[in-house]
Amino acid sequence: MSEHKVFMIFQNTADAQPFISAFAQENSAATLDYQPGMVRIEGLGELGITQAVVSELAGREVNLQELHLTLISLSGNIDEDDDYFRITRH
Amino acid sequence: MAKKLNMRKRYELLTRGLGWEPTYQPKEKVFAQEAYEGIKITDWSKWEDPFRLTADAYWKYQAEKDKKLYAVMDSFAQNNAHLNLADASYVNALKLFIQGVSPLEYAAHRNFARLARQFSGEGAQIACQMQSIDELRHAQTQIHTISHYNKHFHGMHDPFHMFDRVWYLSVPKSYFDDASAAGPFEFITSVSFSFEYLLTNLLFVPFMSGAAYNGDMATVTFGFSAQSDESRHMTLGLEIIKFLLEQHEDNLPIVQGWIDKHFWRAYRLLGLVAMMQDYFLPESPMSWKEGWQIYFVENAGALFNDLARYGLRMPKYHEIATAEADHISHQVFGIFYNYIHAAAFNLGLPSEAKMNWLSEKYPDTFDKYYRPRMEMWAEMAKEGKRFFNMGLPQLCQVCQIPMGFTEIAKGEPMQVAYRVSEFRGDKFHTCSDGCKDIFDHEPEKYVNAWLPVHQIFQGNCGGATVPDVLAWYHFHPEDGGDYAGSADEARWKAMKGTAASSTAAAKTAPADAA
Amino acid sequence: MSLNIAAKEIKPLRLNYAHLARRMGEHKPATRYQEAVYDVQPTTNFHYPPSWDPSRKLYDTARTAIVMQDWYSFTDPRQFYYTSYVAARAKQQEIMESNFELVEKRHLLQSLPAELAEQLRQVLIPLRHYEYGANMNNQDICHRGYGTTITSLASFNGFDRIGMAQYLSRIALLLDENEETSLHAAKQAWLEAPTWQGLRHALEDSFVLDDWFEILVVQDVVMDGLLYPLIYEGFISQVAAQGGSAFLMLTQFMNEWNEENSRWTNQLLKVTASESAANAELLAQWTQTWLVRLEQAFMPIAQLAFGEQGAEQLATVKATLLARLAKQGIKV
Repeated sequence: MSEHKVFMIFQNTADAQPFISAFAQENSAATLDYQPGMVRIEGLGELGITQAVVSELAGREVNLQELHLTLISLSGNIDEDDDYFRITRH
Repeated sequence: MAKKLNMRKRYELLTRGLGWEPTYQPKEKVFAQEAYEGIKITDWSKWEDPFRLTADAYWKYQAEKDKKLYAVMDSFAQNNAHLNLADASYVNALKLFIQGVSPLEYAAHRNFARLARQFSGEGAQIACQMQSIDELRHAQTQIHTISHYNKHFHGMHDPFHMFDRVWYLSVPKSYFDDASAAGPFEFITSVSFSFEYLLTNLLFVPFMSGAAYNGDMATVTFGFSAQSDESRHMTLGLEIIKFLLEQHEDNLPIVQGWIDKHFWRAYRLLGLVAMMQDYFLPESPMSWKEGWQIYFVENAGALFNDLARYGLRMPKYHEIATAEADHISHQVFGIFYNYIHAAAFNLGLPSEAKMNWLSEKYPDTFDKYYRPRMEMWAEMAKEGKRFFNMGLPQLCQVCQIPMGFTEIAKGEPMQVAYRVSEFRGDKFHTCSDGCKDIFDHEPEKYVNAWLPVHQIFQGNCGGATVPDVLAWYHFHPEDGGDYAGSADEARWKAMKGTAASSTAAAKTAPADAA
Repeated sequence: MSLNIAAKEIKPLRLNYAHLARRMGEHKPATRYQEAVYDVQPTTNFHYPPSWDPSRKLYDTARTAIVMQDWYSFTDPRQFYYTSYVAARAKQQEIMESNFELVEKRHLLQSLPAELAEQLRQVLIPLRHYEYGANMNNQDICHRGYGTTITSLASFNGFDRIGMAQYLSRIALLLDENEETSLHAAKQAWLEAPTWQGLRHALEDSFVLDDWFEILVVQDVVMDGLLYPLIYEGFISQVAAQGGSAFLMLTQFMNEWNEENSRWTNQLLKVTASESAANAELLAQWTQTWLVRLEQAFMPIAQLAFGEQGAEQLATVKATLLARLAKQGIKV
């Protein structure tokens, strides 16, 4: 149902990579759309990442608020804490 | 051992409880703007913080972002990277940006500071001041990025002087003055929700992607970097709407009215962006219509579905805006094509390849309505009869765009739409039902509009002739006109080593306007 | 692709935006600071009267009695625009972060005498509310003030206050091992204890002033000019001498901030006072009136911090402020 669509858009940069990969890895139904300079990750109902996975992908301890550095846009309701970040629309 | 605090609790402890509870001065005097719009707030503590970013984390991340941004800017200037653009005609998008968008970022900065002073709840107060300072960032990084372009191209030399005076810049200026003159809740509904949440993606995402497509790395960087703040702003926009609707049922009709009004107002302003996207970019990653489909129809559809539980519905006339998506960029282009001699950017008829792209993107309308017109204009230009409209246009009293939009919703896409209202014995013209509704709801506000054409007739704009007015705008003769044969085109050829001289005079304006 | 760069036109058409060229000439390129601030604010041809102040324009020089030929006569000696501002603060916050970490890791507050800890709770923690009030005043100046060189600094100043209120909150959590006791007690004291009522009353009266420049003088010059030296220099030095040297680190930001911040307020006063005798007179009058009132308001706070030496400490701080004002051409 397109009413429940949520998305995150990141800059397509090395810094954003662990976040983009984590979204891909932790949301099997998400689609990734590469456009000039950016990546749009789309899902239905919910998209989420965990700090553990992002840190593992980055090879270091990542503070999830670092996503502010490369985030371009999003759609959905935010739910965040130290160890996870997700957007939802149900 | 100290107990561990999670992000939510920690942020709450650091900030909550700070909200000012006056006892020596009456609350309605300290927060003088909180009540007069009729919005009812019973409990500010119910505010959900959109992002839990503390001031120190903000400094850290923003400094990191800016370090990257300015490194790109410096290397861009050092390497004269404007030479890597797909084509210099692309720069016209930047001209419109610095003239018409950057001043809005600045106005947002000042007005979010007002909200930060006037909202008595500390959650909203802090979110607003973070946005205020972000908006200053956007204005300043745009000035700095475009500074390099100003050194090499025309039309960007005096943007803030122009913003206060130029006829087509009264479109963005009046749009923002409208919200700035309103109360704080209307302002935030207008800017954070109707603009930032519903429509800002349409300005930045395709535009910046277009910049990437056209080799403009400096703009890509500032644009995307600004967008990373924008995500916070959009979240604030959504939160404020939910908050107002949860606070009191009486807020619903007020908020719905503002959303209706400012959606239409912002949508009309974005007509300029539609033109920019379909006609300025030598290489377009996405048409206006495609952008509208993704970022408005789908996204706003999902959003309002979400908000329906509060009784909120889609903004009035949204279906008209969607119907117009097939036409709007072509119509705005048509308006500017007629008056381009009085603008500080260049415009050209689309090439055959571009027209084919437009036919493909607009299969239902471009070949049927707009291609023939463009071909006729091209034919006239070829015969030395380039058409310029030397009269002064009639402007819509609300959106201030010259009357030229048509009766698309009535199925008469070639019939120019006019609406008339009467107030205190005078007639006022608007371009659409959307603008007419806005006028009729607050006529006493909109009669104050500083309408550039009226002002010219009243002698307030430097003189009675077109050259007088253009001089008053601080335009140079080489700033406007067709791109073909323009000073920028000549310079571009010289830059690329494909022509010898950069001093070729622009012969793109009608003789009597030069 | 041709590599003959010399054949290409790369000479710039101009060095400056025209509004900057009008100020500094065509041939001297503007700095990033100058580009970021000069003439960015709209000045004319506004569309609608503001519903919140219908008799004036959206941006209006008439919101203060101060008169300037050119509202951009004042520039910031620190040359802060957004990026240079956040870069400076990012550096400071990094130091603060490691300060807090060190104090926490090494349990530096464990050896703090209980009586001193109690005094710190009483003197320092209520100041988060002072910072919040100061923040409101600076947001107001940012909105209703005139000229970007001034209003942007009020914006930074306001934001700094949130940062400082948060640092003070963290100190409270550190003292209480993440319990909320001191935060609540400090708010209670701020709202009810006689010690704080003079200051809180003065802040509320400053909120409702119509003249934004007067608010700037009251808040950023007089109040800060008394409070910062009194607390973050005097009181914290005393705390350090009594076994609380960790507080030198935990309030390092505030101490440095005041010194840095005085640089622009000094410059602003100087430029404004030297513009005309009328301005100088007005500044002197505002300072005089508020200084009398605030000296009284700060007395119980000084006593809470210094006991019997309170009056003397306050007198010293006041004398320093008067000397500072005199240097900018303001005779009180």
